[in-house]
Amino acid sequence: MDAMTQVEDRTAAIGGAIRARVENLSFFYGEKQALVDVSFPIYDRKVTALIGPSGCGKSTLLRTLNRMHDLYPGNRYQGRVVLYPEEIDIVSPKVDPMLVRLKIGMVFQKPNPFPKSIYDNVAAGLWVRGIRKKSMVDERVEQSLRQAALWDEVKDRLRTSAYGLSGGQQQRLCIARALAPEPEMLLLDEPTSALDPIATARIEELVMELASSVTIVIVTHNMQQAARISNYTAFMHLGQMVEYEETALIFTSPKERRTQDYITGRYG
Amino acid sequence: MTEHTLKAFDIDLQELARKVAEMGGLAERQFANSIQALIRRDLELAQRVIAADPAIDVLQHEIEEKAILTIARRQPMAVDLREVVGALRMASDLERIGDLAKNNCKRASALSGDFHPQKLMRGLEHMGSLVLNQLKQVLDAYAARDPAGAVAVWNADEQVDSLCTSLFRELLTYMMEDPRNITFCIHLMFCAKNIERVGDHTTNIAETVYYIVEGHALADQRPKGDTTAFANLPAN
Repeated sequence: MDAMTQVEDRTAAIGGAIRARVENLSFFYGEKQALVDVSFPIYDRKVTALIGPSGCGKSTLLRTLNRMHDLYPGNRYQGRVVLYPEEIDIVSPKVDPMLVRLKIGMVFQKPNPFPKSIYDNVAAGLWVRGIRKKSMVDERVEQSLRQAALWDEVKDRLRTSAYGLSGGQQQRLCIARALAPEPEMLLLDEPTSALDPIATARIEELVMELASSVTIVIVTHNMQQAARISNYTAFMHLGQMVEYEETALIFTSPKERRTQDYITGRYG
Repeated sequence: MTEHTLKAFDIDLQELARKVAEMGGLAERQFANSIQALIRRDLELAQRVIAADPAIDVLQHEIEEKAILTIARRQPMAVDLREVVGALRMASDLERIGDLAKNNCKRASALSGDFHPQKLMRGLEHMGSLVLNQLKQVLDAYAARDPAGAVAVWNADEQVDSLCTSLFRELLTYMMEDPRNITFCIHLMFCAKNIERVGDHTTNIAETVYYIVEGHALADQRPKGDTTAFANLPAN
């Protein structure tokens, strides 16, 4: 796509590094094709937003990035998703999905902490990795909770149930849980849809801070949110990538008619 | 273009565009009348232009309020955002055009005496009708959202600037010929400069129309022909 090359050239010129590249990715739920030949770069330590109407494939695409689809039979990947600098194709059947999920974490729309204590929620990701030494786990738990801007609120009740937290706090806990294994990339699937405006703003602020150390891909149906916090935005429609561009440009002068119709509210 | 799912958004944008068009029509009429008032030495017409200026200012305020409200309520994106911002910019240029027309009319009495040099007045009339045509064309380009029309206006401003420069030279000649001409010529010089400024505002509007449609600015350097700032007095 010529427009894509322009974006890549521009970004390369200012020293942007690619963390992952989606290459001609198609995805099938059994016979149904949900992603059609999708290609785009994911830049290192930047926020990339996926937007589009319901059913466009944005969540499908996100879940491809950490092999969530492997959990159900009959799903099929075609094409590649190459992680750099290792240059591993993370959707290849030769690559262990567990390994992928340690490198690439996910946070979901509805906060879903484990029915355990706050401490255990965050530590779970470390235990899975085989990190058992108490002092190390304690340190990483605190670090993750600090990164998720939750430490001050929970430091005196780490052993209490995660269910005692508010919705916004639970979501930040899920982010801390995802951050504990020090992932290279964090996937956020409409992370603030279930939260009130203040909790949403705090999560957005958190995302922008985290982006300086973790590459982030976020699916959102809130265009203003994509405009606020992302560096690059990809607009999807019917399983295809319609337009990929720097956020500032896509929201002020998009090139594709479908993109403009969607972001200006002229669909349907 | 298809309509917004939220009809009220369409109504807001249409209302904004309508007000800008109305303000454009007013400014055009004021400017046309100001030229006539000067050429025909019609002091009554001049007074009417001066009295009609506040209506333009009122429209500008209405457009600003409407634009700000639209931004707050609709969070416009892409072309909608450019339309709203464009309306704000155009309202500002049109208000200045109205002021410049009014200012010329204020000088009408100073230019209405017995001394009425044909050549100078014809030069002023020519410049005035050129700029009036530019203004008409750019307002048409806005109504049709026609970028090519906007570019044509943008390019033609050089002609206006050249006319202004040569008019200045003429005025210098008249003033050097007879010191009694100086008062008249100074007033005429201000009027000519005001007309040239209207031309500049018209090219601003052209740039805005282009930006609204194309999504990026017209290229940087507009051809300029006004060298009056560099005019040298010939040696005595």
